[in-house]
Amino acid sequence: MKIGVYICHCGSNIAGTVDCEGVARWAGTLPDVTVARDYQFMCSTPGQALIEDDIRELGLDRVVVASCSPQMHEATFRNACARAGLNPYLFEMANIREHCSWVHDDRDEATAKAKALVEAAVLRVRHHQPLSIRKVPINPATLIVGGGIAGIQATLEIANSGFPVYLVEREPSIGGHMAQLDKTFPTLDCSACILTPRMFEVGSHPNVTLLTYSEVEEVSGYVGNFTVRIRKRARSVDEEKCTGCGTCEEKCPRRVVDEVFEVGLGKRKAIYRPFPQAVPQYPVIDREHCLFFTKGRCKLCEEVCPTGAIDFSQEDQILEIRVGNVIVATGYDLFDCRRISQYGYGRYPNIFTSLEFERMSNAAGPTGGRIVLQDGETEPESIAVIHCVGSRDENYHPYCSKICCMYSLKLSHLAHEKTHARIYEFYIDMRTGGKDYEEFYKRVQREGVVFINGRPAEIVPEEGRLAIYAEDRALGRRVRVLADLVVLSAAIEPRHDAREVARLFNISCNKDGWFKEKHPKLDPVATMTDGVFIAGCAQGPRDIPDTVAQGAAAAARVLSIIERGELEVEAATAIVNAATCVGCQQCIQTCPYSAIEFLEDRGVAHVIEALCKGCGTCAAACPSKSITLCHFTDRQLIAEMVGAMSAMWEEVVAA
Amino acid sequence: MAYEPKIIGFLCNWCSYAGADLAGMSRLKYPPNLKIIRVPCSGRISPELVIRTFREGADGVMVLGCHIGDCHYSTGNHRTARRMPVLKALLEFTGIEPERFLVKWISASEGELFAETVREFTEGLRALPPLQKTMQSACEAWPGAFSAL
Repeated sequence: MKIGVYICHCGSNIAGTVDCEGVARWAGTLPDVTVARDYQFMCSTPGQALIEDDIRELGLDRVVVASCSPQMHEATFRNACARAGLNPYLFEMANIREHCSWVHDDRDEATAKAKALVEAAVLRVRHHQPLSIRKVPINPATLIVGGGIAGIQATLEIANSGFPVYLVEREPSIGGHMAQLDKTFPTLDCSACILTPRMFEVGSHPNVTLLTYSEVEEVSGYVGNFTVRIRKRARSVDEEKCTGCGTCEEKCPRRVVDEVFEVGLGKRKAIYRPFPQAVPQYPVIDREHCLFFTKGRCKLCEEVCPTGAIDFSQEDQILEIRVGNVIVATGYDLFDCRRISQYGYGRYPNIFTSLEFERMSNAAGPTGGRIVLQDGETEPESIAVIHCVGSRDENYHPYCSKICCMYSLKLSHLAHEKTHARIYEFYIDMRTGGKDYEEFYKRVQREGVVFINGRPAEIVPEEGRLAIYAEDRALGRRVRVLADLVVLSAAIEPRHDAREVARLFNISCNKDGWFKEKHPKLDPVATMTDGVFIAGCAQGPRDIPDTVAQGAAAAARVLSIIERGELEVEAATAIVNAATCVGCQQCIQTCPYSAIEFLEDRGVAHVIEALCKGCGTCAAACPSKSITLCHFTDRQLIAEMVGAMSAMWEEVVAA
Repeated sequence: MAYEPKIIGFLCNWCSYAGADLAGMSRLKYPPNLKIIRVPCSGRISPELVIRTFREGADGVMVLGCHIGDCHYSTGNHRTARRMPVLKALLEFTGIEPERFLVKWISASEGELFAETVREFTEGLRALPPLQKTMQSACEAWPGAFSAL
């Protein structure tokens, strides 16, 4: 056996606290070590060439690099070994940067620890076995969950590249929150005008299978080969026959408060499309309110439908689809302003959330775009906009919701345009980072909006209006402002069922419940689960441009996987020694992936390699030690542990 | 020179190992006694491996994994959560103080918690005699009781 050991200085990152030359000299005395070198930057091209040349010239059959974390460069050095013809699994890495030079100050101590880590790696690598890297074909279809602007963007990017997409949306129409908005900051584009063409494109795209009013129930498999079970809820409308003429909706006698699209401000029918430009065009029957489903009579829609598309007997359908990748873009919920009782939302009239105000300002909304009080007539003479409701508040959400400053400014602008009201904004800090955002702030300032720097303490009805009590931090005194209408710029928070969705797709959440990306800076749309990507507000608060960029980014990541055609999967899987397996099946119980089957005829367990993810839980459970997790065998771990301690012994002896 | 305990830590690749990396990136300091061994999942750690580690001369062993619900392998750490308390009771029964064996969940974002945990664990061990000594005196008290270890 010929082992090559390479100690990286990492500039002064390691060499600053570890005597790298000393460690290399000492490593040369370890068993089977043929060559031990130290070098400035092992990850550099000449650094890697050093390894490759030694493999070729000295005939090394094992390589150890002591440098940074394997999370950083394990793949780099494995590839270097492979280039020189050495099986990449005959390589081992010792982490002497993150786990040594960066966390210890004393040079002697750090050097001794580096030696221990190198010895551990050397002893371990002696037990390494070459493993063959398996390749699996990639299913070119993609599942996208959530039909908001993030999901729409990702869908179009992938579908336009010629690959099939399944877009699953819980509501009857795609469009998400963006479809509810009036104008978008800072350009004041009409939200629907820029969104609906894209929605239409999704709806009519030959590569897109649109599954609205549907939810994902189960996901299994792994990157390249997911199997997904989707519940397509009964629409009670035959999509083949419906033309989307809307007669049923017109004639339906049952009016229901629309809690979703109109956020409780407007009404819809029991058979409905959320909004006129809905995609798909087919309505759904809300069975909770439909007179036929609740009282057993009516069927007016069936009578008036010219194509006979109404189908009261329709049942939920369970679809099973196979996809290679998943993009989760499930968006956000608006903070429930009732939770801040001192702001009186839900108790006093004429206090609206930002989304309600948005619907009111929207020409297609419940008031036809007129900004009025709850009586539906009176135009307000003064409007107050309260920032950070639920955001930047230790009692609710400590984070900044990022979009509220800008949408508050936009709402003030819209109110200024449509009414003669005096407008006040109460803010903590004005956060207008973004292209042309600060300029928009200046514009709203010029329009005469009064900015008060302070978070209000209380809103109470006084003199028939609403009194807002706050402290003006700029003036250092308390203020009381009377307003006819108050807008609460509510925080955005993770979907109420975000954690369940996360569990479904094996995504981690951060402490607030937002989906966690693989790396906050360098891998912002991937997750720790290969083949599962995230986009949009499900990952954290962001505005429309950022959401669209993320949707496209996630699509690009998916496309790069699809284009490869096949994928290398973990070679370090578990294997059963059938000769010693007693067939107790404990491993089958412990396996999180149901990757172990019981071979009835032979009475032994068997690992289905394609499903095994290499966690090793089975290996730890097996009472007869018949399961081995390749690359993490007992022998390898024990050798590593013994190595780590034998140099420690020397420290003690030397002392 | 004072006695320095030898500590082996088995850290899962996805959460705790990354947490230890984060401690490094944040330049948080902790004593050098700990040597980290990377495993795919804390569920990989069999009780035998921990016992073997003590036998090879460790004064303390840490098993660190993802928080329940965050396991990269979905439920791998559920096994850890069930196995390790049994092992801990067994170790205690055989005379190995509970302070010598730590099972804890540390996520990839908890670099500070990781460093603090190592500091505390090391301090706890420094207060104890070397394991060899503990076992020797125990063996003298009950001859033959620990020949199995």
